[in-house]
Amino acid sequence: MRLSLSKKIIFYILLTISAVLIFAPAIIAFLMSFMSSQDILTGKIIPTSLTLDNYIQVFDRSPLLHYLINSFIVSFLIMFGQLILASLAAYAFVFLNFKGRDALFFVFIATMMVPFEASIIPNFQTIRDLGWIDSYQGLSIPFFAMAFGTFLLRQNFKQIPKELKEASEIAGIGDLKFYFTVVLPVAKTSLITLGVYGFLSAWNMYLWPLLATTNDEVRTVQIGLRQLQTQEQLNEWGIIMAGAIIVVLPTLVLLFLGQKKLQQGLAEGALK
Amino acid sequence: MKQVELINLSKSYEKQTEVLNEINLSIDEGEFFVLVGPSGSGKSTLLRMIAGLEDITSGVLKINEKVVNHLPPKDRDLSMVFQNYALYPHLSVEQNILFGLHAKKVAKKEQQKRLHETADMMGLGSLLKRKPKQLSGGQRQRVALARSVVSECPLCLMDEPLSNLDAKLRAHMRMEIRRLQKRLGLTMVYVTHDQVEAMTMGDRIMVLNEGKIQQVGDPITLYNEPANLFVASFIGSPKMNMGQAKIEDHHLVIENELKIPLDLTELLKITKNKGLTVGMRAEHIFRGEAEETTHLLEVVNVEQLGNETLLTFEIGKELWTAKWLGQWQVSVGNKVPVNISMKNMSFFDSETGELIKAASTPTNQEVVAI
Repeated sequence: MRLSLSKKIIFYILLTISAVLIFAPAIIAFLMSFMSSQDILTGKIIPTSLTLDNYIQVFDRSPLLHYLINSFIVSFLIMFGQLILASLAAYAFVFLNFKGRDALFFVFIATMMVPFEASIIPNFQTIRDLGWIDSYQGLSIPFFAMAFGTFLLRQNFKQIPKELKEASEIAGIGDLKFYFTVVLPVAKTSLITLGVYGFLSAWNMYLWPLLATTNDEVRTVQIGLRQLQTQEQLNEWGIIMAGAIIVVLPTLVLLFLGQKKLQQGLAEGALK
Repeated sequence: MKQVELINLSKSYEKQTEVLNEINLSIDEGEFFVLVGPSGSGKSTLLRMIAGLEDITSGVLKINEKVVNHLPPKDRDLSMVFQNYALYPHLSVEQNILFGLHAKKVAKKEQQKRLHETADMMGLGSLLKRKPKQLSGGQRQRVALARSVVSECPLCLMDEPLSNLDAKLRAHMRMEIRRLQKRLGLTMVYVTHDQVEAMTMGDRIMVLNEGKIQQVGDPITLYNEPANLFVASFIGSPKMNMGQAKIEDHHLVIENELKIPLDLTELLKITKNKGLTVGMRAEHIFRGEAEETTHLLEVVNVEQLGNETLLTFEIGKELWTAKWLGQWQVSVGNKVPVNISMKNMSFFDSETGELIKAASTPTNQEVVAI
């Protein structure tokens, strides 16, 4: 599209303003994490001096590193659990013929309409009765089965020509081998997308880890972040912001890496 | 020896729609057998039933004298080439070719030996490390063939393998597949909708329409003595000229327009004189020399093919085509002298479509056996 210079200038100004508006909270948080509490309390936006004190403080005052590790463990568990279960379910829905397959799939999809909050009480009771409170499995297993992931992968698997399956059948390759050697490599792109999505939503979970944990041993970083805020004293915003920046970092790294991988995956052509 | 035998084989979906109806057929070892028919005739379904990809509703399927109705595809000792080649997009040519051999637990050394033999035979030697998307259509086709050859199964099934190629390459691959089959002594079951492919490749052809066998035979028999109107119009290009005919005061009248004096020796075999359809091959409408001219027909279309000329005439509602060797300068609207005689006509029953009598002279040159 060709634009005249005046139009271009207007567009760029508008885009810049909206970009700044959208990004402002993040920028302010980033700047605040380097400011001394004096600067913050006087309401300055541009720091008079830069300091790393907040970052040192945040690791000193709370077991943030421990929380980070917990978060990684739980997020990876959920990510792999989701990938394995969703891809297996999607495989069954696409490549195996059984009675009532489509009906079952619609029931499966319908569960997407039930929000997680609605199932939180039965989930909590199950976890409690299994004695999984304060454990990694209690934090992760309720999220393994994922209708959305199954749906996404099913759509992707459907694009694999059924002749590939038939050729494998004739060559004597069983379902499991076909799943590992053909379906998974061919659907790599979707698996990565789903993996990134699963990891991020697990990383950002707040409500469930709050309910399913009672001590700092297995708590995740989002709760740790909340703990930095205090009810009684004056909040030290610099420290809170430093914590927030640290928590956001893995997300950003993953997004950048994932994006690169995604583009690679997309560039790889399909059949024909 | 019979490699494949079909006894009263039927296929229907949900016990209602009949796709295939009582198919009886046997295919010999080392034979190139072509299943041909228009789309929806059930030819692919039949092939998939032989492969084991489709359930058999009723009847018996034997491979190597053994009933295989409920045997899974891998135990039927056959290979298959698909229309879209079914190459694994993430594997290299080499891995694609060897894919099935891993499952069959063929030794590594033997795998490599077969791979190189096959690759050399197919001219794929330099392409082994490429991915399918880096290959042209013809090369992909060859990889698919190589995959089937490398399995060394005695029976090979092909489902319209050439339909994705352009005309020139198709003609070339036709020959290559045929040579390969003869060299390896494979039994081939080949599905196509293209009657040219069927005629040029098959040792025997089966014409299928709406799930029923129309005729089984070698290509020349199908061409000269089509069992019914369907086969007559399906086999041969340009298609056989057809017309409704009746006998009126010592003349055969075609489409109420063309009158041909009755030839008594020919007439003896035609007992019916109502509901008669005549069929005549394009090459049997000769150019009429001085006294042999039987009719003067107006040309409605001319197609110059270089080595031959196709002339189209209007006979009643039908369009008839004549094929003359050589180049003839005829323009649309001209009246040309032709020679049409009863001895070159095939007669069919209009109601049942069955052949009553085939043309007496199959070709204008006598069939020469060398």
